[in-house]
Amino acid sequence: MYHHGMPQVIRTPEVHDVVVIGSGAGGGTVTHVLANLGVKVTLIEAGPLLNPARDYKEHKMPYDYDHRAAGPAGESYEGKYPFGFFLAPNGYWDIDGEPYTTAPGNKFRWFRSRILGGRTNHYGRITLRFADYDFQPRSFDGLGDNWPVTYDEIAPYYDKAERFIGVCGSREGIRSAPDGQFMTPPPPRAHEVVVQRASRSLGIPCIPSRMSIITKNHNGRPACHWCGECGRGCITASNYSSSQVQIMPALKTGNVRIIANAMAREVITGPSGKVTAVSYVDKATRTERQIRCRAVVLAASACESARLLLNSRSPRHPNGLSNASGVVGRYLTDTVGYGLSGRIPYFAGMPRYNADGYGGGHLYMPWWELEKKNKEFPRGYHIEIGGGYGMPTVGSTHGSCRRHEGYGEELKKKIIADYGVTVGFSGRGEMIPNQDTYCEIDPNVADRWGIPVLRFHFQWSDHERKMVKHMHQTFTALIERMGGTVSGLRNPEREGDGISVGGSIIHELGTVRMGNDRNTSALNKYCQSHEVNNLFVADAAPFVSNPDKNPTLTINAMAWRTSEYLAEEMRKGNV
Amino acid sequence: MSDPIRPEEIAPAASQPEASAAPAHRRDLLRAIAAAALAGSLSEEAAAQVHQHVAAAKPSQAVPYKLKFLNAHEFETIAVLSEIIIPGAGAAGAAPFIDLLSSNNPEFAARFTGGILWLDHECDQRFQTSFLAASAAQRAEVLDLIAYRKNRTPALGPGIEFFDLARRIASDAYFTSREGVKAIGFMGNAALPEFKVPQEVLDYVNKHSPV
Repeated sequence: MYHHGMPQVIRTPEVHDVVVIGSGAGGGTVTHVLANLGVKVTLIEAGPLLNPARDYKEHKMPYDYDHRAAGPAGESYEGKYPFGFFLAPNGYWDIDGEPYTTAPGNKFRWFRSRILGGRTNHYGRITLRFADYDFQPRSFDGLGDNWPVTYDEIAPYYDKAERFIGVCGSREGIRSAPDGQFMTPPPPRAHEVVVQRASRSLGIPCIPSRMSIITKNHNGRPACHWCGECGRGCITASNYSSSQVQIMPALKTGNVRIIANAMAREVITGPSGKVTAVSYVDKATRTERQIRCRAVVLAASACESARLLLNSRSPRHPNGLSNASGVVGRYLTDTVGYGLSGRIPYFAGMPRYNADGYGGGHLYMPWWELEKKNKEFPRGYHIEIGGGYGMPTVGSTHGSCRRHEGYGEELKKKIIADYGVTVGFSGRGEMIPNQDTYCEIDPNVADRWGIPVLRFHFQWSDHERKMVKHMHQTFTALIERMGGTVSGLRNPEREGDGISVGGSIIHELGTVRMGNDRNTSALNKYCQSHEVNNLFVADAAPFVSNPDKNPTLTINAMAWRTSEYLAEEMRKGNV
Repeated sequence: MSDPIRPEEIAPAASQPEASAAPAHRRDLLRAIAAAALAGSLSEEAAAQVHQHVAAAKPSQAVPYKLKFLNAHEFETIAVLSEIIIPGAGAAGAAPFIDLLSSNNPEFAARFTGGILWLDHECDQRFQTSFLAASAAQRAEVLDLIAYRKNRTPALGPGIEFFDLARRIASDAYFTSREGVKAIGFMGNAALPEFKVPQEVLDYVNKHSPV
């Protein structure tokens, strides 16, 4: 019953052991590791729970829907499904009532998933270790900063994460692509066979992708059944998602409690300076609640975790929590993206076959010019491969319609002949942090939960723009070596010269960076706050650099290490 | 030529039985209507009579298509135009697909209904008839202009824009249908014990690849 004098913020006396905020790759790993070490975890998720059997659209065809997967109101045609109707729930560039802003003259896109498992329900499953030199970039070329940890310190956690998650790949002995604990990868598709030959003839290694997809039964999860649609979510959990692979099994330990539809607002510290509670808005009732805890782990995604800290202001922490150094929100980076498509005319006569495999390229090219002197740009990139005979969906033939124009049987034949003739190359490169790229609290805007939002500043530097030119030359050479011609740019969210819009590769990170010097970093080498010893960060916010390897496996490995450290510190009574 | 869907004859695409499940005589009848309609040789009155005949011959469980947003003229124009653009798109449900999306999206609807008004106006200017009632040659005269960007003039611009949209949506309707998926040769969405590229495909690649 409502009483006029009742406080609007509901506080409960119970003290939770560890509150984990966010349930993606970082939060899922922390939940799994802590729960299995006997630590009680309360997991706060901003979105709903997930029921894969109900929520994943695996094995559906467009004709299973009257709207042909265009969406009931043709959302696909309005750009409202950037990754298609079938994408595993959920993910958006824009969420109603939960905006972010960009400073004038800046472009940034922020992809968020509010659901148990977060973006791991649909991500690309690319599972790459950072290389030894990636942890020491300043020592390597004088740019950026070194991590406070080395490859050798992280390698055991890469092993643990890979063994638990299940990763397919091959051992190659390439320095820019460290080998891991691999299951057997599938063979290349037909177009990839040609790409591999072209690539090798140009001196570029082209090897089986490393993917968190299991090719044999593993931990009660059946092997991949090769339906090619990992992005829709996998009902058999044959790929990695934190929801299915870590959190749901961890519930069986009895040590995990999930609070869903809970938008974390702020981390609260007490007179001792330590974290005492977490405040969140219960979305269903639109009320603020505070729960007490012994420790908190932020894993809300790099930018959300930075936002939480910046919004956790107090007289003792006027710049936000763990931000005496002023670095929170700074050092934001995204992966450099560039894509080019090519038409390979003789592919038109190729016998059709089931080219599904798993979702994504079966091969990729790791960076190959590590030892080259006098490069035009520092750092490197890897190349992902697209092509084959994907499921026809709305939009699949629009390129052909535009190219051929006309109508009738002639057009229909040309569209059919175009199917599978295109290959695509996507470069994924390293951005070096710069002064002009960061996020901060927008002083004028709060979201529908009353929480101040982020304002983004994002600028590529010449390093990245020169790298994109190199990508263009490489992809052109590959397409021509295959006997094809360049047909067009590939990445949808791009600037004038084809470079991806910041944030659009969805590898944003670095906003709560770790380091040995508390004046230039927010966290120590265990991702523990320099200032508040019961505060940890376990997403990609602590990353000191953004190498040309997709970040998820390193989130898993770092979160695993942080969790073991936290459990041990709790056992010792230090936290 | 495949059958364009007409509102009073066909259930919505998702619940529509495969064409082969329909009685042969009905299929033939529909085919004849389509051919006649496309050739412009079927009067409205005759068409109405045949439609009644078809309706009477329909299996009793078939639910007549109920228009959601478009009017009967718009629906039929889209069905005929889609069939001309991608043969098979009519039977593949282009018109119910566009009708459904239009019923939920006023801006999408306006692009189609506006486009049809433009097309009918253009046919009226040229032939004093609607697009539906125009002869095959008359339709081709207009479509051969608006089907190509190179023909863009201030007068034809809106028609070219509309045709570009109609072409993409007709293609979507066809190539996402069972028939279209089969025609394009998609063989996936299965559950396999192992992924393997057939030897004949590898042989083809070996033979044609320059590397």
